[in-house]
Amino acid sequence: MIADLDQRRAVGPEIHGAAPTGDLAELWENHQLDLKLVNPPNRRKFKVIVVGTGLAGAGAAATLSELGYQVEAFTFHDAPRRAHSVAAQGGINAAKGYKADGDSVERFFRDTVKGGDFRAREADAYRLSELSVRVIDHMTAQGVPFAREYGGGIATRSFGGVQVSRTFYARGQTGQQLQIAGSQQLLKEVGAGRLTLHTRTEMLDLIVSEGRAVGIVVRDLVTGEIRPVTAHAVVLATGGYGNAYFKSTLAKSSNVSATWRAHKRGALFANPCYVQFHPTSLPLNSEWQSKVTLMSESLRNDGRVWVPKEPGDTRPPNEIPEEERDYYLERLYPSFGNLAPRDISSRAAKAQLDAGKGVGPLRNGVYLDFSDAIARLGRKTIEDRYSNLFELYIDATGEDPWTEPMRIAPGPHFVMGGLWTDYDGMSSIPGLFVGGEASFNYHGANRLGANSLLSASVDGWFVLPWTVPNYLAPQLGTDPLPEDHPDVQATVRDVREQIDALLSVGGTRGPDYFHKELGDLLWDHVGVERNGHSLAKGADAIRDLREEFWRDVRVVGHGQQLNQELERAGRVADFLEMGELMALDALDREESAGAHFRTEYQTEEGEAQRDDEHWASTSAWAPAGPDGRPVRRSEPLTFERIALATRSYK
Amino acid sequence: MDLTLRIWRQPRHDTPGDFVSYQVTGVPEEASFLEMLDLLNEQLSERGEEPVVFESDCREGICGTCGLMIDGRPHGPWGNTATCQLHMRAYADGDEITIEPWRATGFPVIKDLAVDRSAFDRIIEAGGYISTPTGAAPDANLIPVDKATADRAFEAAACIGCGACVAACPNGAAQLFAGAKVAQLNMLPQGQPERYQRAANVVDTMEAFFGSCTNHGECQAACPKDISIDFIAWLNRDYRKAKLSGRQAG
Repeated sequence: MIADLDQRRAVGPEIHGAAPTGDLAELWENHQLDLKLVNPPNRRKFKVIVVGTGLAGAGAAATLSELGYQVEAFTFHDAPRRAHSVAAQGGINAAKGYKADGDSVERFFRDTVKGGDFRAREADAYRLSELSVRVIDHMTAQGVPFAREYGGGIATRSFGGVQVSRTFYARGQTGQQLQIAGSQQLLKEVGAGRLTLHTRTEMLDLIVSEGRAVGIVVRDLVTGEIRPVTAHAVVLATGGYGNAYFKSTLAKSSNVSATWRAHKRGALFANPCYVQFHPTSLPLNSEWQSKVTLMSESLRNDGRVWVPKEPGDTRPPNEIPEEERDYYLERLYPSFGNLAPRDISSRAAKAQLDAGKGVGPLRNGVYLDFSDAIARLGRKTIEDRYSNLFELYIDATGEDPWTEPMRIAPGPHFVMGGLWTDYDGMSSIPGLFVGGEASFNYHGANRLGANSLLSASVDGWFVLPWTVPNYLAPQLGTDPLPEDHPDVQATVRDVREQIDALLSVGGTRGPDYFHKELGDLLWDHVGVERNGHSLAKGADAIRDLREEFWRDVRVVGHGQQLNQELERAGRVADFLEMGELMALDALDREESAGAHFRTEYQTEEGEAQRDDEHWASTSAWAPAGPDGRPVRRSEPLTFERIALATRSYK
Repeated sequence: MDLTLRIWRQPRHDTPGDFVSYQVTGVPEEASFLEMLDLLNEQLSERGEEPVVFESDCREGICGTCGLMIDGRPHGPWGNTATCQLHMRAYADGDEITIEPWRATGFPVIKDLAVDRSAFDRIIEAGGYISTPTGAAPDANLIPVDKATADRAFEAAACIGCGACVAACPNGAAQLFAGAKVAQLNMLPQGQPERYQRAANVVDTMEAFFGSCTNHGECQAACPKDISIDFIAWLNRDYRKAKLSGRQAG
């Protein structure tokens, strides 16, 4: 144990009873019978706030509105369609079993739990698998143009980490198609006058009164107006915090502020150290790059990953003969090969880079080669499958993947961590619900490809609309808190003070400077591989950087206008706090699991070495107490349907 | 490379705007166009000047947030790309580049290069959806869709809602946006029950915000997703049928 760990964090009581118990196959169905209902005429008496209009938020808002609840939806985008769900490329998993390849709900559940390296809650993972079937039906009915077979049925393909074909897709734009369909359902409710949508409006705080979530404070991004909105319940579907790394695959505006500010009001934050590095990102090509470009993992279906056998080989790829290439994924993981799960593929790539075998001008990538697939299947087939991805690559790099291999590298991508929730999707603050990537519950320590669109869809369409009413039902006859309530006004005041504080530092460096510095620290210390000493150093450096931020940040302009620097400064301030908790959680978790790879804890073969005796648990962090130490609580994980086992993809 | 930028600056929607010239220095060739603007903003901010407001998000050409009129062309000189995909290797040291917001009555300027495209959402609200309450759907494979139709629907559905089509149109019309959405839904079996009502409602709402289509075809040329004006024909045909036969159920 790192000597000063106890000075850095406290340990709180364990969490029990977050999910019902019983036979997993009947758990959700039985639980639904236990959930309280609200009589249709009474539904309009309840108001629900939904923050975020991505797949989870749009689904929850549209469905709750259809059911008859008053819904107010918020997005900082100019339109609900822009939410970052739009950028997911490869597909969405479902245990439809449309192919005779042995797939089933049970198998999908096992793949998800195993893929997450046994750090997910069994009950939630089972429900994800079970409801996947309904998501595909629902999205198809909405007109999502899923890829089709010639017979008119829906096509599927394989994805990393599994051996069956259960990924539904719409070329390389699956997220876009699902997201647009979801936002259409949301707008349908707006058009019908049943739902109020606020665009260009950012949530800056959660209002908590008598221990319950009762509203939010928002800022109108165009006018700068700050105001409270109160309701009977609040749903956060505000995405993940991967942009803490600055150069990530996320959209530029994606941020942690909504969930982080809820955390500062008491909501437990689960597993902040679980960050997925996507193996098929594009390598950085200059200092000025503002983000990492993502290429869909589906490319690994037909692309072969390799590096030159000799370190420092600078020959162009096509001049390196077959016998001097190392197809290292096929060599190390013969049964899964190029479809090994993301955490394993990313770590394997990093090992090649560390061995000096990186390719490209900055020697920071590995090859993803389509020449065999083009020769075997023909250019037309490959075009059908990936044409837009190839075009994306050409635009981004100016290189032609039809004639030479793509170059790829691991990049910060998806976070498995998020606000802790129970089986109902409710956080540790009653009345605060969380869905999609903002939550934590399905993916354990590593998410399988094409499970992200699924988890957002399941939460939004098929879980929250059942569980939120269960919370509302006993509140019949109560009104949302009035805006002049002292708890509401106190929260508004806190938000104003923070904005004034940002504007009044008057420093010399813009918010992006600090964001990039934070990103570099996280990449170096809380990256693909971590170790205790480096994590402690990283946590300290992040704290120093945060102090420097509050001494030296520069925000030009004022707050009563569209001010993008001010928006960024507020988000960076939160990332600087979040970043330290990511390092602390990684330091605290003294094992390797999934994407959390501590170099001190590995098998002889260099694979992740879990410590199930001490760490078969979710870490859920409470905000720092008066002594400045965040408090780590644990939710023990039990595995009854699937036995704890060492993952093997060999 | 060093560049001269002529950029439209406008403090608010209700104040007049004008072009302001800026020098931006040390732009790497590998940078994207928006990264070049990031660099400009950093240089402005260092001098205590207000950065230029421009919008972007995914920077991978899929969210549709970015959209700049670059030397008079929506999304700049490259075909079939959004502004965020344009890279500075398209330019040479010493170039002058004029950057404006979308210019259209339907898209009022909010500030500098940011415009209000919410009229697109009004069009979707009017009929750009299939009414399918959650929980009501049958098994997905009960609705077979032949591959050619599915592929064609996908081509229409690829629209990213950026607004380049409106910006490119001499009339500021939104037919390509509306046509793509109506065609996608109206060619699929799931979209049939609301087909004519959809076409009628979408067109009527569109005309409240945007100009009229006179078949210039500039929209298709500007579209970053290469969406075909054939979809406008779909829209017109279904709209005519809706109006002539009164088939739009109330």
